[in-house]
Amino acid sequence: MHDRGGLHSDAPIDRTEHELADWELLTDALVGALSRCGLMNVDELRRGIESMSPVEYERASYYERWLYSVEAIMTEKGVLAAGEVDARLDT
Amino acid sequence: MTDHDHDHDHPHAPITTGDEPLAAARVRALADLLVEKHAIGRDDLRERIDWLVSRTPADGARLVARAWVDPEFKERLLADARAAALELGLDPGPSPVVVAVENTKAVHHMVVCTLCSCYPKALLGPPPDWYKSLPYRSRAVSDPRGVLDEFGVEIEDGVEVRVLDSTADIRYLVIPRRPADGDAMTEDELASLVTRDSMIGVAQPAAQKPIGS
Amino acid sequence: MSYRAGQRVRVAARPHDGHHRTPEYLKGKIGTVERLHGSFTNPETRAYGADGLPKQPLYLVGFAQHDVWPDYRGGHADDRIYVDVFEHWLEAVE
Repeated sequence: MHDRGGLHSDAPIDRTEHELADWELLTDALVGALSRCGLMNVDELRRGIESMSPVEYERASYYERWLYSVEAIMTEKGVLAAGEVDARLDT
Repeated sequence: MTDHDHDHDHPHAPITTGDEPLAAARVRALADLLVEKHAIGRDDLRERIDWLVSRTPADGARLVARAWVDPEFKERLLADARAAALELGLDPGPSPVVVAVENTKAVHHMVVCTLCSCYPKALLGPPPDWYKSLPYRSRAVSDPRGVLDEFGVEIEDGVEVRVLDSTADIRYLVIPRRPADGDAMTEDELASLVTRDSMIGVAQPAAQKPIGS
Repeated sequence: MSYRAGQRVRVAARPHDGHHRTPEYLKGKIGTVERLHGSFTNPETRAYGADGLPKQPLYLVGFAQHDVWPDYRGGHADDRIYVDVFEHWLEAVE
């Protein structure tokens, strides 16, 4: 569902713009830092995004997709334990 | 930098609680964890954020304006945009290959990434939301003239509309056509006419400003 | 085997389980090689933690829009679409 070329779309293209929020800059920076440290590459980022369910994918904003992918890939690689981010948010 | 108020019916606004999306707290927790685990450093993050906020379309505009006034530079830009950017002291970004494509009387280019949202952000700054949107990604390839129409771009009869779908590591930049009445302008003045959208291919450069404005 | 600029090629119509960067809308379509960009790491393997080597040749391939979309709007016969496609997704056309 990431492969969008030619899919039917009745929606007008919404041209509202927004300046990137701090959390979005942080998400982008996180991917860049992980890439520089050799922990995650752009192909893994994309693969992680593509592993989202269609419903999640369509609902998520651009950087929410990135965030999903970083968590998924870091958990897959054992850098993060499953549920570790949730646990941190609960403390 | 704060989020604007998102229309909650908009399908791509982050889920919010109070003022902040859930994702905001989540990414901060994630970053903290990764720093604590020494996977990345705080400095790495800071450096990267500084780089991101320094990116603006003014860089791309400089490449275009120079190409407009200097035909030999234009040839170098068309041959290797990455090297041409370095020549002007600009940062072309991490992509190994950047390609500039020239709009002419015969061809109008438009760039999209249907698979995700690849974009030459080193030279143009972060992509606008619409570039990353599902409607743009769907329609830019199959109905570019409809999209151009929506963006208010008139394409003359006989002009080929040429779409580029950036599916790999190559980043594309459009060199829009120099405004016809731009002959008396300095290179800096010309650069100020080159909009981000004209370098994506969904706009023409701004009209020359009236004298005195 | 490598392809030359101007050569007609078909994008393979094969299904691919997993990450790949050849869009569905292009599979099975016939176009013309515009240029060879060079060789790049293979996203299909790099996406799963491998190094993506050996690098694979990547081509810019041009297609007539009316060859890609049966109901391409407006009947503009000259409109084209250009896409970056890896060599292992291309087949020679006789």
